[in-house]
Amino acid sequence: MASSTIPSGAHGDPTRRDFLMVATGAMAAVGAIATAWPFINNLNPAADTLALASIDVNVQPIAVGQAITVKWRGKPVFIRHRTPEEIKMAEDVKLSELPDPQTDTARVTDTARKVRPEWLIVVGVCTHLGCVPLGTNPGDPRGEYDGWFCPCHGSQYDTSGRIRKGPAPLNLAVPSYLFTSDTLVKIG
Amino acid sequence: MASSHGAPPVFNNKVVAWIDHRLPIFSYIEKEYHTFPTPRNFNYFWNFGAIATVMLVLMIVTGIVLATNYTPHVTMAFDSVERIMRDVPSGWLIRYMHMTGASFFFAAVYVHIFRGLYYGSYKAPRELLWILGVVILLLMMATAFMGYVLPWGQMSFWGATVITNLFSAIPVVGDSIVTWLWGGFAVDNPTLNRFFALHYLLPFIIVGVVALHVVALHVHGSNNPLGIDPKGPQDTVPFHPYYTMKDGFGVVCFLIVYAIFVFFMPNALGEAVNYVPANPLVTPNEIVPEWYLLPFYAILRAVPDKLGGVLCMFGAIAILFVVPWLDTSRVRSCTFRPIYKWFVFVLLIDVIVLGICGAHPPEGWYVPLSRIGTIYYFFHFLVLLPVLGKIERPLPMPPSIADAVLKKKVA
Repeated sequence: MASSTIPSGAHGDPTRRDFLMVATGAMAAVGAIATAWPFINNLNPAADTLALASIDVNVQPIAVGQAITVKWRGKPVFIRHRTPEEIKMAEDVKLSELPDPQTDTARVTDTARKVRPEWLIVVGVCTHLGCVPLGTNPGDPRGEYDGWFCPCHGSQYDTSGRIRKGPAPLNLAVPSYLFTSDTLVKIG
Repeated sequence: MASSHGAPPVFNNKVVAWIDHRLPIFSYIEKEYHTFPTPRNFNYFWNFGAIATVMLVLMIVTGIVLATNYTPHVTMAFDSVERIMRDVPSGWLIRYMHMTGASFFFAAVYVHIFRGLYYGSYKAPRELLWILGVVILLLMMATAFMGYVLPWGQMSFWGATVITNLFSAIPVVGDSIVTWLWGGFAVDNPTLNRFFALHYLLPFIIVGVVALHVVALHVHGSNNPLGIDPKGPQDTVPFHPYYTMKDGFGVVCFLIVYAIFVFFMPNALGEAVNYVPANPLVTPNEIVPEWYLLPFYAILRAVPDKLGGVLCMFGAIAILFVVPWLDTSRVRSCTFRPIYKWFVFVLLIDVIVLGICGAHPPEGWYVPLSRIGTIYYFFHFLVLLPVLGKIERPLPMPPSIADAVLKKKVA
């Protein structure tokens, strides 16, 4: 790399000057990356945004067969009080039929590992491109699997919020939640 | 200040001469925009570079004025835009100019790109000029997308949600990238703030890349409808007054059409649902981008796989970067390419069909149509362009521009 005016080592071996050049350049690169980091990190969620990360919901008023939408981290979360038929439908599906195989039981277990099949809690954001699927309010289309139907690109979810048909790759996400009592659930 | 080709200009005004001796801006303008030898045979397609430049300036000026009354906050953004429309003096006009201006800026740029494709303006030695142009297109798309989010209507919010979610298709790190883009767990106030900052910044970056685009253009000069290089003074005219006048005329004609839209149908190109304030809990029945992004949106939806769709959509623009090397023909202008010429028009129709597909929900015929359109789009660039250049027999070319132009007049 040394130009012709700078003596190079015998047989083209690296000189002290070459070493100093590479070492200085490497330090400058490390420094540049270290300086860039705060600017990149600055765009990550702020502490107050992170602080909004959990909510408490009283599920007592939700009748069997009814569902509600609550807002968590700026996103809709569906809480559905499932009927026995809906639970049976979700449990009877063979895992081999599912694009994103997951048992119904795994999706209705809270962080204390207690299973409550009557309560399905999912993030109401289609895993395709983030629309809010229909099916929570009375009269909404629920799709062929009686769960949710996304109006944007036609993804269909079953009574366990699992993807069954359409472009979405994954099941509706289950947030971490904990029933602090039989009627109170903490999401997040 | 008389000058001829090659000789440095002499300025009679002493102040001008004093400045020019220290900072040769007057010499530069003289050389690049007055005496600059330009092919004598431009048609009106060559107006669109100048038109796009005028639109860029117009967008920056109207945008700065709008920013003085706009508030980038989720609770106030929508109302501040409505205040601009109703209460701020001339606010309605400035906003309609900006809104409609985005559409017309894209329209001008798309004609400019089509001109480049048809007349082979991307071929050696203008490859870098073309690549800078594609960079400008990408920057424009990013700027337009972020600008569309600012009024915080339903389509602003859900457009932002869908487009940022495209990045979640990236394996492993996708979700972290999306959270980073949002500055939260959904499109929200931090997202709006940063989009406003970037929407204000990017146009000036575009100005910088346009400057490089123009510098690269002036190294080898403009291409022309015949695609052959000027061989001497008989093939060129000075840029001023010939093309300053012709560009001026084109700009005025373009602005007349623009003004008709601004004054009589300012909302014709927009979506009515964006006059509904953003609601993060309700998705509109149909999410569609502005018309100038529809073909790419159709490509996104044509692919049944999420990651595949995203890759094809970005690939549709990325492929433009390598067009100079995909085209194997040594003939620039389609005037002398009897077969390829028609395929450029087929590509144009294909892009329009894709645009129509993008505007409709992906149901029924629109699904296979958008898939055929997507396949044809890539077929054009990856198969037709390299193969036709090898097998096509070009028409005989005139010996010079002057020869072709003067012969036409006699006949």
